[in-house]
Amino acid sequence: MVAKMNPDLKKERENASFDPEKITNFLYGGQESVKRKRELESLALNDPDYQHEDLNFMSREQQYETQLKKGILMVTKMKELKITSAQDQLFYTSAVLVSDVHPMSVHTRMFLPTLYGQATEQQKDKWLKLAENYTIIGTYAQTEIGHGTFVRGLETTATYDPKTQEFILNTPTLSASKWWPGGMGKTSNYVVLMAQLYIYGKSYGIHPFMLQIRSLEDHKPLPGVTVGDIGPKFGYDVMDNGFLSLNNVRIPRENMLMKYSRVEPDGTYVRPPSTKLAYGTMVQVRAGIVMFSGMNLAKAVTIATRYSCVRRQSEMKPGHPEPQVLDYVTQQYKLFPYLAAAYAFWLTGQTMMSVYTTSSSQISKGDISVLPELHALSAGLKALSSSMANVGMEECRLACGGHGYSHASGLPRLYTNATPASTAEGEHVVLMLQTARYLMKSYNQSLQGEKLAGSVAYLSGVQLVPAAGRTRNMLDLGALCDAFRHRAARIVGEAAAQLRSEMQGGKDQADAWNASSVDLTKAAMAHSQYFVVKTFAERLTDSRLDSSISAVLTRLCQLHALHGLVTNSGDFLEDGYLTGSDIRQARRHINALMAKLRPDAVALVDAFDFPDGILNSILGRYDGNVYQHLLEWAKASPLNKTDVHQSYHKYLKPFLEANRAKL
Amino acid sequence: MATTVNPDLRKERENASFVPEKITNFLYGGPERVQKKRELASLALNDPDYHHEDLNFMSREQQYETCLKKSLLMTTKIKQLKIDAVDEHFYRSAVTGPSPDPLGLHVGMFLPTLYGQATQEQKEKWLNLAENYVIIGTYAQTEMGHGTFLRGLETTATFDPKTQEFILNTPTLTASKWWPGGLGKTSNYCVLMAQLYIQGKSYGPHPFMVQIRSLQDHKPLPGVTVGDIGPKFGYDVIDNGFLALRNVRIPRENMLMKHSKVAPDGTYVKPPSSKLAYGTMVFVRATIVNDSAMALSIATTIAIRYSCVRRQSEMKPGHPEPQVLDYVTQQYKLFPYLAAAYAFWLTGQTMMSVYMTSSSRISKGDISVLPELHALSAGLKALSSWVANVGMEECRLACGGHGYSHASGLPRLYANLTPGATYEGENTVMMLQTARYLMKSYNQSLQGEKLAGSVAYLSGVQPVPAAGRTRNMLDLGALCDAFRHRAARLVHEAAMQLRNERQAGKDQPDAWNAASVDLVKAAMAHSQYFVVKNFAERLTDSRLDSSISAVLTRLCQLHALHGLVTNSGDFLEDGYLTGSDIRQARRHINALMAKLRPDAVALVDAFDFPDGILNSILGRYDGNVYQHLLEWAKASPLNKNDVHQSYHKYLKPFLEANRAKL
Repeated sequence: MVAKMNPDLKKERENASFDPEKITNFLYGGQESVKRKRELESLALNDPDYQHEDLNFMSREQQYETQLKKGILMVTKMKELKITSAQDQLFYTSAVLVSDVHPMSVHTRMFLPTLYGQATEQQKDKWLKLAENYTIIGTYAQTEIGHGTFVRGLETTATYDPKTQEFILNTPTLSASKWWPGGMGKTSNYVVLMAQLYIYGKSYGIHPFMLQIRSLEDHKPLPGVTVGDIGPKFGYDVMDNGFLSLNNVRIPRENMLMKYSRVEPDGTYVRPPSTKLAYGTMVQVRAGIVMFSGMNLAKAVTIATRYSCVRRQSEMKPGHPEPQVLDYVTQQYKLFPYLAAAYAFWLTGQTMMSVYTTSSSQISKGDISVLPELHALSAGLKALSSSMANVGMEECRLACGGHGYSHASGLPRLYTNATPASTAEGEHVVLMLQTARYLMKSYNQSLQGEKLAGSVAYLSGVQLVPAAGRTRNMLDLGALCDAFRHRAARIVGEAAAQLRSEMQGGKDQADAWNASSVDLTKAAMAHSQYFVVKTFAERLTDSRLDSSISAVLTRLCQLHALHGLVTNSGDFLEDGYLTGSDIRQARRHINALMAKLRPDAVALVDAFDFPDGILNSILGRYDGNVYQHLLEWAKASPLNKTDVHQSYHKYLKPFLEANRAKL
Repeated sequence: MATTVNPDLRKERENASFVPEKITNFLYGGPERVQKKRELASLALNDPDYHHEDLNFMSREQQYETCLKKSLLMTTKIKQLKIDAVDEHFYRSAVTGPSPDPLGLHVGMFLPTLYGQATQEQKEKWLNLAENYVIIGTYAQTEMGHGTFLRGLETTATFDPKTQEFILNTPTLTASKWWPGGLGKTSNYCVLMAQLYIQGKSYGPHPFMVQIRSLQDHKPLPGVTVGDIGPKFGYDVIDNGFLALRNVRIPRENMLMKHSKVAPDGTYVKPPSSKLAYGTMVFVRATIVNDSAMALSIATTIAIRYSCVRRQSEMKPGHPEPQVLDYVTQQYKLFPYLAAAYAFWLTGQTMMSVYMTSSSRISKGDISVLPELHALSAGLKALSSWVANVGMEECRLACGGHGYSHASGLPRLYANLTPGATYEGENTVMMLQTARYLMKSYNQSLQGEKLAGSVAYLSGVQPVPAAGRTRNMLDLGALCDAFRHRAARLVHEAAMQLRNERQAGKDQPDAWNAASVDLVKAAMAHSQYFVVKNFAERLTDSRLDSSISAVLTRLCQLHALHGLVTNSGDFLEDGYLTGSDIRQARRHINALMAKLRPDAVALVDAFDFPDGILNSILGRYDGNVYQHLLEWAKASPLNKNDVHQSYHKYLKPFLEANRAKL
């Protein structure tokens, strides 16, 4: 029996102004790609071997085991099914894993890429095949218990012993223990270890070493190796993030990954050609996080928007039926800005990826001139997008009321698994300050008459404040981009002035930087927001977009810009660039845009094209049959195995009986 | 062997400008209260019977069992130890920490409902049983399809005059009761909120006493389907439940009839006032303001102590890595929430004392203060729980990766306290209740009525000061004026917006809906003004000595200035403040943070949370973070064996097969 669609959702879909399929094609880069995505997803979701069990009902240990089993099966099947391209693997794995990870995820995401990127040819011959065939399983061990974002602060040492041609590995203090690497606690038998290289007492900084940590015979930790799981966390329950301490573990000289830096048998150190080469990978990882943030927001708003059409609440007019929650303007104001942000970051992530791809061919030819700008841009965008996603996912959860709090909504798990993006791969503020450093450098260059290019070209001239009384059309995307550009340029200028005045006040460069860092962060944020607004607007000029799509996407872009504008209105008012009446106009436009977007809201989230199996949310079901599935799910919960729980016999019964006897 | 305190934390404490004990006394209402609190906390924390096990290592089912056992023990001990009712919460919070209690609803809702809504005869029948835990109850109001909107409830109680019974039904799927704490597995009774029907006529929701499980074998009674609603973000230890009823009959005397009554012949007697229930609501919302303050004070205690222990990066080449709290950006993450913790702590106290004062008036039948109190408490509940939600997460993120580990205590704190934003009235709905009262008051003032209490200021929106006027942005009076002006202006603008929508042809509900974003903004501004003003007023307490008063004044200034710069547009929009005022405010924030930096640890120490309640390795008083992090991790269930069982089940065959293929 085909389940019937909830009538409210059905009506929403009938009344949309456009065909969501057209936007789906736009978002995934064409019809062919969408078709392939759906094929791979249904292959994964309909494969009975996976037994897609509900992780919410399991202890952490059960979750780890279940997902390890699934990960192993998935790796095997991908080989059998010859799913090889990165894009295909992404579609397939996110359907198998239901948006979660598995204990060997870091093997694919970090261990293999590090071997590809940093091993010499001989080293590749030795290890690549073993790693690609999962004869060895590895992870990437960089973060330590006392050291994170600041890589130069790592304490683990690799001391070269020329007599035996070996490195001696040690975590000399408690705070040097490796801490956090995914899959290291129980699963991996190898790691790439990042350690401070010492030769004849001299330190050469951080280098990668290939290290076996567990026996290939019985999986026991090797001598000198202490390894284990770091304990339960907010999310990532399925992952055995691990700790590792090393006590005089010796590895052959050939285990240092030597594509760039080398240590000769006699202990001679050979420098890498450029220290900036590693930036390329970072840019790619960060662009990936922008995309990931957009997708997570997209999932959260899909769930919250669909549920807000199914849920009816309160009495708007006496005697009338309870309205759909999405008819409340306050509910629209919670969700639609994040719907718009999901589109904004989705498109920004794509743009970043394609800029990276273009420039990586340049880089591989040795031209690294674009790297500093790309690096600065990607840092700010990663920080902006992950923090917006953090706040937005929680806003969506809260917008689902009490039911959002249940694991049945899928929102708590989505949040707890996605929130590390704010602190992992570079902490938010540290990244914003990296962007700010580049902005300050560029701004100073422009003051000295240099012409700036790329994403910072606008810093060359801060626009004049327009004369008072000028009227503006606050819906015009050009005017909105101008406003964001002006704001960014002004705040960059102010941060630079602040920095200068701190130095003039007698502080040294480092203290002045610290004293100005709140303003610097603000500048980097404004710069990144400008880039996102501009990118969104530019993507809409794509001539392949038909008019129905382009109309609704333009509204989203306007909403995204206007919402950013009114929530930061002080930044635009402070120097008189906008007036109080502009801001009031902006607020009225937001209300009007939301009213226009209301009938298209469900179609706009349908266009993200997440199948139920990936959303994994009862509230966000495509068919909207929320309540009966909520009850069925609850009944399957472990506490309901028996009508009377065992704790009654153990604790409640004696307690109640004793109390009764005392009466 | 006494463990030594981390040297960085020790230095922080030596360098503070004041004695934290003095603030502790201020926060808890005097040294006697502090002493009592410490006595009871140590009684609970040092009692070996509790075994204080680590819930983070357990499955949800184990957590429920463990806490149920603990809760029953606590109940027995409170009676044995003869702990005074006013001090009970000190003992309870030490036993459970910031975690909920499986019998929490029995104590927090079931008993108070009997006290407040049962007649004398009903009290005689049930109170003794309930107070002695012969019956365990909960409060069943929320349904699967109906929450904040009480009148929408679908559960019915139909009076049958022939048998003098009510017939209880949850006629649809969405009518099933859903969420009540302790309903799933623990309780054998509940107070059921149901739509009363007499001879086909509906009289609205009323409370009924219903037994749901047998007192002999705890099995659900005939017609009753009851169970747990499944795992949640937090509250793992609580069996929030569902309940479906099918023609369950209860005697007429089981309706709680202190206010409304149904006579044997089916005659309905109205309650004297429908606003009486507001009193309890005000109390519950004041409690949430307190919860929010507690959440923020625990979170900032953890994050600030850890930020002094953690060292990171290189500020100056060749220098040692600085304490993370020396970064101004870290201060900017944490200090505004430290200030907010104090602000809400003091707001919650004020709300409670206003409630106490007015409840004696209310019990004498004078309910004139209720509407204002109700409106104020709704807005403050929403504001404080929103800020706490964001602040707890900001503190977690400020602890970097380790904040994400359950060892930090922050994920569990957040997961357990975030429901404050949606339960007891969803926050946006709360803000709109406040806005409704603001609109009413504003219109009254337009008609020449003089307003009193928290809305008195709406009588006159201050004129925008002439341009060029200089202002001292550190002056608390000037800051309060600015917040008052902003609130008054936004109330006025929301009223204009509402009128415009009406004039454009919308009916009242549609106009209200169309203006609701502005209305929420007005209610928010009103609530923020109240908090800033209350903070400033509490500092005029003559019992505060000068060292304390200096540091608290800085916190109050920071609280106001941070609220001002993060909402700067609201103050700039009509020219009340100028761009140069805002720039001045930013410079003051930097200067205040620099002054607060050496006092930060003392300011969180003053909250006086023992380690047993904080339940955080990062926030330990002695700062010995890393070694305890490692010990904790080693105790984690996955580490029971060096080689996990899953290796033999899954990994070994996989690796061997791969090797064979080479």
